[in-house]
Amino acid sequence: MTAQDKPLVIAGKTFSSRLIVGTGKYPSHAVMKQCHEASGTQMVTVAVRRLDLKAKGEDALLNWVNREHVTLLPNTAACYTADDAVRTCHLAEELGLSKWVKLEVLGDEKTLYPDVEETLKAARVLVKEGFTVLPYTSDDVITAKKLADIGCAAVMPLAAPIGSGLGIRNPHNLRLILEAVKVPVIVDAGVGTASDAAVAMELGCDAILMNTAIAAAKEPVRMARAMKWAVEAGRDAFLAGRIPMKAYASASSPLDGLVGR
Amino acid sequence: MAIAVTVNGEPQHVPEGTSVAALLKQMNVSAEGVAVEVNAEVVRKARHTEVTLHNGDHIEIVTFVGGG
Repeated sequence: MTAQDKPLVIAGKTFSSRLIVGTGKYPSHAVMKQCHEASGTQMVTVAVRRLDLKAKGEDALLNWVNREHVTLLPNTAACYTADDAVRTCHLAEELGLSKWVKLEVLGDEKTLYPDVEETLKAARVLVKEGFTVLPYTSDDVITAKKLADIGCAAVMPLAAPIGSGLGIRNPHNLRLILEAVKVPVIVDAGVGTASDAAVAMELGCDAILMNTAIAAAKEPVRMARAMKWAVEAGRDAFLAGRIPMKAYASASSPLDGLVGR
Repeated sequence: MAIAVTVNGEPQHVPEGTSVAALLKQMNVSAEGVAVEVNAEVVRKARHTEVTLHNGDHIEIVTFVGGG
């Protein structure tokens, strides 16, 4: 048996899984559901979009999300201004009957980097309105501190651009954020494969949010399972504490009692 | 008398005095699983029958879709 870990607590809500998973880009709703189960996730992100009025009888996404086990985290993806993001959050609240939101205010289409100025502006309004705000943000420690000070329930820095799968490109910046804020730090974006997830957790990040790495893998369900293990392994390794790196070898077997000497 | 409104960016004509609830019914959309905005303000489900549409209103009907 592994030693106990404190559960992840966000805004007073307890999660035993430290993996947050998206609902986009899967080959089908059925595969998505299997991925959610295989990942062990307890929180999934969703987007708010116009209902397609011409596509009658389309299978609703929420038919494939087990809301008894999974907290919904609606996002404000594709919003480029604070006003649009706040408006989207109002719609999300009406849709999901919850005030939990992933705030995402983007700066440009090429990088999908956050516009931190607009993100901070929206966060101030939403926190004041009683929303539980989990903001996607840059890896800048000053912005992370500001978001935490405003009253965001977590901060979610990127590790690489959304959907890029480039892995954890900014371990030092993530460390600075981990040192500086008391709220959970959730890596949002950049993870490409299981070892990336483990690296983020070994740094001490509290959780990881990922979508494309699972949904666009050749075998999404297998990748979902790999990510579950990677997040758990990385977390355990962080708690266990890695050995210091040394320049030279250090024998694992005793040097005394060698045969024939 | 019909009034002209815009629903999800598409022009529509509805009878004067049409409520949000009636609009959804006319479009064969269940109020479950959607959120409705009139002129950028959310109209809560509980008010769907009492809020009526006016000429030139912009209505958005949204739902949850897959996203990250």
